[in-house]
Amino acid sequence: MYDNEMKLEFLSKSSNEAFARITIAAFASQLDPTIEELADIKTAVSEAVTNCIIHGYEDAEGIIKIKARLIKNTIEIEISDTGKGIENVELARKPLYTTKANLERSGMGFTIMESFMDDVEIDSVFGLGTKIIMKKKIKKHLVELKEEEFAGLGGVG
Amino acid sequence: MNINFIKQDKQLIVEITEEIDHHVAEKIRRKVDDEITRYMPRKTIFDFSRVTFMDSAGIGMLIGRYKMMRLIGGSLEIVNAGSTVSRILEMSGINKIIPIEKMAM
Ligand SMILES: Nc1ncnc2c1ncn2[C@@H]1O[C@H](COP(=O)(O)OP(=O)(O)OP(=O)(O)O)[C@@H](O)[C@H]1O
Ligand SMILES: [Mg+2]
Repeated sequence: MYDNEMKLEFLSKSSNEAFARITIAAFASQLDPTIEELADIKTAVSEAVTNCIIHGYEDAEGIIKIKARLIKNTIEIEISDTGKGIENVELARKPLYTTKANLERSGMGFTIMESFMDDVEIDSVFGLGTKIIMKKKIKKHLVELKEEEFAGLGGVG
Repeated sequence: MNINFIKQDKQLIVEITEEIDHHVAEKIRRKVDDEITRYMPRKTIFDFSRVTFMDSAGIGMLIGRYKMMRLIGGSLEIVNAGSTVSRILEMSGINKIIPIEKMAM
């Protein structure tokens, strides 16, 4: 099924934002991503975790869960809270849309997640919580595979 | 929290050595606003040469400081943003309102 899997649970404290993105980046590094790919993953995780803290729990204490899986050269990251939930997911995805402009939010979180990851799924029930599932294919790996194939062919010929 | 201020000729240079996320952005905001209200600079310059990570919280923080500088009749500038930070700045369109320069001064 999966090649590898991990789970993480922590309190919704802003000091855990760095902890979460660094931990997931360390796990993702098993796929041998480029520095840029790793930065993309760190940023997307930071956005999703921050949203749980600011919007999901609105700075009250709650639990944030992260599951990450490696499937071939793809990383799948699931980040969830049992907080407020999103009333209108379609609207939430729009660039510059924010319900917390007073807190200097720019409304760019989902836009950043979508452009840095290959796929972003938002699963939210208003009043119950939110789960974000993001996927990213690590492409460097593919290039290396092709090189191996090429070397193999060269050996035969 | 690693933030350093250089004050010269009514210019306030803010050197940050930190990953800018929501947690850190709040602290930067407090310290910078404090410094701006006391020094009343004509220009505030964020030196990002030692910022290796920034997410949307950094965008919000920069827009907030931009507004504050406008309010006191000054301007804001960003210098030395690396490639990771530059991507976020461009994606947000913030580069259309805040000048982003390659080299410090
Ligand atoms: N986990 C969550 N729980 C509840 N609401 C959420 C959650 N994540 C996002 N939202 C809602 O979706 C909106 C858009 O999120 P997005 O991350 O794009 O922008 P933002 O967080 O408001 O600003 P920024 O990310 O730029 O700081 C939020 O303003 C909020 O209303
Ligand atoms: Mg956000």
